Amino acid sequence: MIELDHVTKRYGDAAVVDDVSLTVERGTIMVIVGTSGSGKSTLLRMINRLVAPTKGRILIDGRDTAGLPEHDLRRGIGYAIQGHGLFPHRTVAENIATVPRLLKWEKDRVDERIDALLAAFALEPGLFRDKYPHQLSGGEQQRVGVARALAADPAVLLMDEPFGALDPIIRDKAQEDLLAVQRRLGTTVVLVTHDMDEAFRLGHRVAVMADGRVRQVGTPADLLTRPADAFVSRLTGTNDRALKLLSVRPVGSVVSPGPADGPPLPETASLRDALSALLWSGARALPVADASGRPLGRVTLDAVLASGRVG
Amino acid sequence: MRDRDDQRRIDRLGALLAGIGALAAVLLPFVIAKPNRIVAGEPLGLVAALPGAAGWPVAAVLLLAGVLTILDRRPGVRLAVAGAALAAVCLAVGVAADGLTPEGDRYGRVSPGGAFWLLAAVSLLAATDALARMSLRPAGRIGALVIAAGATAALLASGAWADLSFMREYAARADVFWREAARHGVLAVGSLAAAIAMGLPLGILCHRSARLRQALMPTLTLIQTIPSMALFGILMAPLGALAAALPLAHDLGIRGIGLAPALLALFLYALLPVVANTAVGLADVPAAVTDAGRGMGLTDRQLLTRVELPLAFPVILTGIRIVLVQNIGLATVAALIGGGGFGTFVFQGIGQTAMDLVLLGAVPTIALAFASAVILDAAAEAARRRPA
Ligand SMILES: Nc1ncnc2c1ncn2[C@@H]1O[C@H](COP(=O)(O)OP(=O)(O)OP(=O)(O)O)[C@@H](O)[C@H]1O
Ligand SMILES: [Mg+2]
Repeated sequence: MIELDHVTKRYGDAAVVDDVSLTVERGTIMVIVGTSGSGKSTLLRMINRLVAPTKGRILIDGRDTAGLPEHDLRRGIGYAIQGHGLFPHRTVAENIATVPRLLKWEKDRVDERIDALLAAFALEPGLFRDKYPHQLSGGEQQRVGVARALAADPAVLLMDEPFGALDPIIRDKAQEDLLAVQRRLGTTVVLVTHDMDEAFRLGHRVAVMADGRVRQVGTPADLLTRPADAFVSRLTGTNDRALKLLSVRPVGSVVSPGPADGPPLPETASLRDALSALLWSGARALPVADASGRPLGRVTLDAVLASGRVG
Repeated sequence: MRDRDDQRRIDRLGALLAGIGALAAVLLPFVIAKPNRIVAGEPLGLVAALPGAAGWPVAAVLLLAGVLTILDRRPGVRLAVAGAALAAVCLAVGVAADGLTPEGDRYGRVSPGGAFWLLAAVSLLAATDALARMSLRPAGRIGALVIAAGATAALLASGAWADLSFMREYAARADVFWREAARHGVLAVGSLAAAIAMGLPLGILCHRSARLRQALMPTLTLIQTIPSMALFGILMAPLGALAAALPLAHDLGIRGIGLAPALLALFLYALLPVVANTAVGLADVPAAVTDAGRGMGLTDRQLLTRVELPLAFPVILTGIRIVLVQNIGLATVAALIGGGGFGTFVFQGIGQTAMDLVLLGAVPTIALAFASAVILDAAAEAARRRPA
């Protein structure tokens, strides 16, 4: 668990982060969104003390981070940034091994971890282990950057626009990989992004920042249905709010008993996907199945439309 | 068909070099024969200089080389042709000296003339150009340098040039020559080592502190603008005073003249390139890389030694190359204040209007500077190519 307790950062007279209090529950993903210059990166970098807070405390699992030597603190926190920051003179394997080696892991354990992480991010270990960063595509570099951040099993992972530079298809894949790894390891993640779709897809909770302050924290559905102010509702999108709302709710939430024809939808698919499938097939209802293919019932067009309405 | 067009077109650089060579061979003396080293000598053309009809085959080789350099664009052929021309000229000048020197004569001097120098120069340029067109990898360039050095050593050791003026000057003072050569090396390499030992930490500090950088860089740049003679002069006074005040310093060799001021001056000149390139190399390390490194828990020291310095290394090496080449040249001037080195021959030669003595100092200096440039360039490129 990460707790920010009245945290402020000033540069000169300007409060870049202004009295922010925020709690990130263990094993959840907190996404920070906001306009450029609103203090997102600064907030993130205060968690691993790359930036020292001017005021306030930051606790990780109840321990004040100010009490630890900085480099020890950071070795326990994964850090992945836009532009990946891979060491250009080190191979993929050496890059990933950075923190485990700093922590003096045994060589076998390091090698094992490298291969496991590469595989988890769909990078064939035999092919990628000995490549240099400049021999990888942008998407591969970015995934190696995230793998490196996760190398030493950090309980906390900080990510600053990690998928910013990727094309939509690769970004989609990278987000999926991250979610899978996060679920498996139970990592607590704080992720900064400009992309609202990414925020709603990845975030268990989303914090909206403006001018150094947190305007609202809540689940994606909270932000869409009960925006705290005009700024939040503008940022979360006015025109396609209903579609966004559908996209953060799973089909499983509106399954009703009854028959339907056609290819079954997985229960984890979003209502937005369900709506699209319904429109495309022209059906009034489609069957829903769980991960193993067992039928659960059906989703009706009416139920989907009802979910897109506020209240 | 493009290939054929390309091959048919004449090579401009080749034409220029061949033209210069041809004019020099026709208009300028190949050697100058003097009864002793001071008096004016008798200029002799290529054919007249060589015994019997030996000049004609040499002229034929040169003519063929010139034609091929103009017409053939294949780098390998061009290199072979330039090498052959160079060998022909070098051997011919030795044969000419041998033929023109009476048996047992000790005072006569046969100096290479303008035609020899220009022909050798255009051949060398053509060879260098051919090597550049082959775009060799670093190891290949070092290999070429080793072959060139080996050929030169073989030529000198063979005695083919024994009767040439500057080799006679060398023979008359071989032990002094090697002593001054060692001294030249100490001046150039010693000041470089000191500049690295001091400049590397200074460059790192400059990278970290903008204030230090703003104070130090203009100072070092100012030093670079002081002409070398003036700097030697400036250093003589304080070092002389120091030696007078501190007998220990005097005994350690710290005096107004000699090795100490020369080393100090070269060190001061060397400092800017080392400091500046270190700072620039470190500044060029992408911010994301250092940020990620620090974020993963590398200490400042680990970040410096494992990430920043390795990434800055090629740029630092470029600075070291500048310094070494510059110092090899500047070390010549050190002879003026008793610092020794190849400059000793240059200034003695100028004093006695004996050009052969000047050459004995100048040619090794140029060769040394050229060789260090090739070696360090190759090293810098290798460092860039293959991340350490
Ligand atoms: N080291 C610093 N010194 C002075 N001002 C700074 C420093 N770092 C950041 N700032 C300022 O703090 C403000 C917030 O910066 P921050 O990088 O946290 O914004 P951000 O929300 O991450 O923006 P973006 O979305 O563009 O990345 C900006 O106005 C920035 O200029
Ligand atoms: Mg930012």
